[in-house]
Amino acid sequence: MKRSGVIWSWFWMILGILYFFLPLVATFLFSLRAKLGVLSFLAYTQLFHDSNFIKDFSFSVLWGLLTIIVGIVIFVPTAFWVRLKVPQVRTAVEFVTLLPFVIPAIVFVFGLVRTFSHPPFLIVNSPALLIAGYIVLSMPYMYRSIDTGLRSIDVRTLTEAGQSLGAGWGTILFRIILPNIRVAILSGAFLSFAIVMGEYILAQYLAKPAFAPFLAYLIQEKAYEPAAATIISFALTWACMGIIQLVGRGGPQAQLAGGH
Amino acid sequence: MTTANVVKRDAPSARPAPSKFSWAWVGVVPFFLFAFMFLVYPSSTIAVGSFENATTHAFTFQNIVHLLQDPNLVNSYWISIKISLVTALGGGIFGFLLAYSSIRGGLPPFMRSSLMTFCGVASNFAGIPLAFAFIALLSPSGVLTGWLRAIGYNPYFHGFQLYTFWGLSIVYTYFQFPLMVLVIAPAIDGLRREWLEASENLGASSFQYWRFVALPILLPSLMGTMILLFGNSFGAFATAFALTGGQINLVTIVIGDQLRGDVLGDAGLGYALALGMVVVMAIAISLYTVLQRRSERWLR
Repeated sequence: MKRSGVIWSWFWMILGILYFFLPLVATFLFSLRAKLGVLSFLAYTQLFHDSNFIKDFSFSVLWGLLTIIVGIVIFVPTAFWVRLKVPQVRTAVEFVTLLPFVIPAIVFVFGLVRTFSHPPFLIVNSPALLIAGYIVLSMPYMYRSIDTGLRSIDVRTLTEAGQSLGAGWGTILFRIILPNIRVAILSGAFLSFAIVMGEYILAQYLAKPAFAPFLAYLIQEKAYEPAAATIISFALTWACMGIIQLVGRGGPQAQLAGGH
Repeated sequence: MTTANVVKRDAPSARPAPSKFSWAWVGVVPFFLFAFMFLVYPSSTIAVGSFENATTHAFTFQNIVHLLQDPNLVNSYWISIKISLVTALGGGIFGFLLAYSSIRGGLPPFMRSSLMTFCGVASNFAGIPLAFAFIALLSPSGVLTGWLRAIGYNPYFHGFQLYTFWGLSIVYTYFQFPLMVLVIAPAIDGLRREWLEASENLGASSFQYWRFVALPILLPSLMGTMILLFGNSFGAFATAFALTGGQINLVTIVIGDQLRGDVLGDAGLGYALALGMVVVMAIAISLYTVLQRRSERWLR
């Protein structure tokens, strides 16, 4: 590589670093300005004393955990069974798991609300619909993570070994397969968690308490608390991605349309 | 043909025919049931509603016709497409330059891994918090605006507006270029060093190397990834909504309004509007898949 090339490389990298960090630095500085004339953590203190923040944030955490658990219960047996017994439906399953990329989140919610807000399926007010929606939005990431995990182990041999030792399907799934792909499941889980924590559209239009709608409301009402909340949200994204890299030692994953 | 052969061939049919029907597929029923109920069926109601009179439920093309005749709605598609093109191209080129610099630019190796980590975070950092981060940076009372004012340059005196098309493009680029970096990196890895050395040995200039070797190989990946970026911003809603307070005329924003209350005064029109988005996305994702498959030829 010629010398001028290296200089250009540094130029683009520095530009990228600035693009990445400037909005965060600005938000952080903004969050310290709550007390006139001095820098302080007042905005954070006020935020943590806001009972709505605590409530909505906790609900988002709860939605995230439920999404992960129910998602694992649906996707792990499916991916396992497809690999072991019915490889001919693989294409169909993969097609379905990629559908959320084709259907923008706002269109998906539009369909959900229109479908489930009148009989015979009047469940628009149930948290179950919200969780189902979150599972759909995180499905491309969750399913792909699990499937990648299964590809890296010898599913057939492990299953047959389990069977010849007298294990039932439950034991095989939860005590043999699941522990063997826990790294893949974890990375899918943390990505799903990050998606749920940042997701605005579903919670907003299904009228459920969640962090992102709270933040949107805060931006309308206050000046400095939303900055503090944004920093917290960013730290959370960073933590989720960091854990994925730590446990997975794999490449980082990107989120598509869903949360934007 | 000997008798022994005939006997051998006939032998299996003497046993009872193995049952063709297998119960194994029952194992995937829960998944398909879930997907049908919460994804396929709700989405299909959009397609059905688009070709249905909202009151009589009779089949009609009226909704599509009305959509195409409404200048405001056509314009919302146009603005959404324009912002997606601009940010796919801008974010795509910037992302490619970043990825190439970090992989083949002669930088220390840790730059690559840090870049990938940053990009993993940044492409997931979107929606409401992202909008606020740029409000803190570039709004009239934002931090960068303050710094620029201090050195005597107020961007707001020079036609800059955060809450308009170009402002939103800058914000979208924040989640566009990291996605480009992550998706294009394997393609850049696939560019063998030998190809550069070979073309240099044959006396090619760096322009000729790019024009005749690197670019033709990378082109399917570059275009495919940029189409992916196009879809990424075409479906975006929360960022634009939080930044402009719903004041910008994007398709997603109009659908959001329609969902809150029938602002178009025509339920069928709302369905058609949503269906149009799915059509655009389906075209984009199909193109991406085709191009990705083409690029894999070189990148083994």
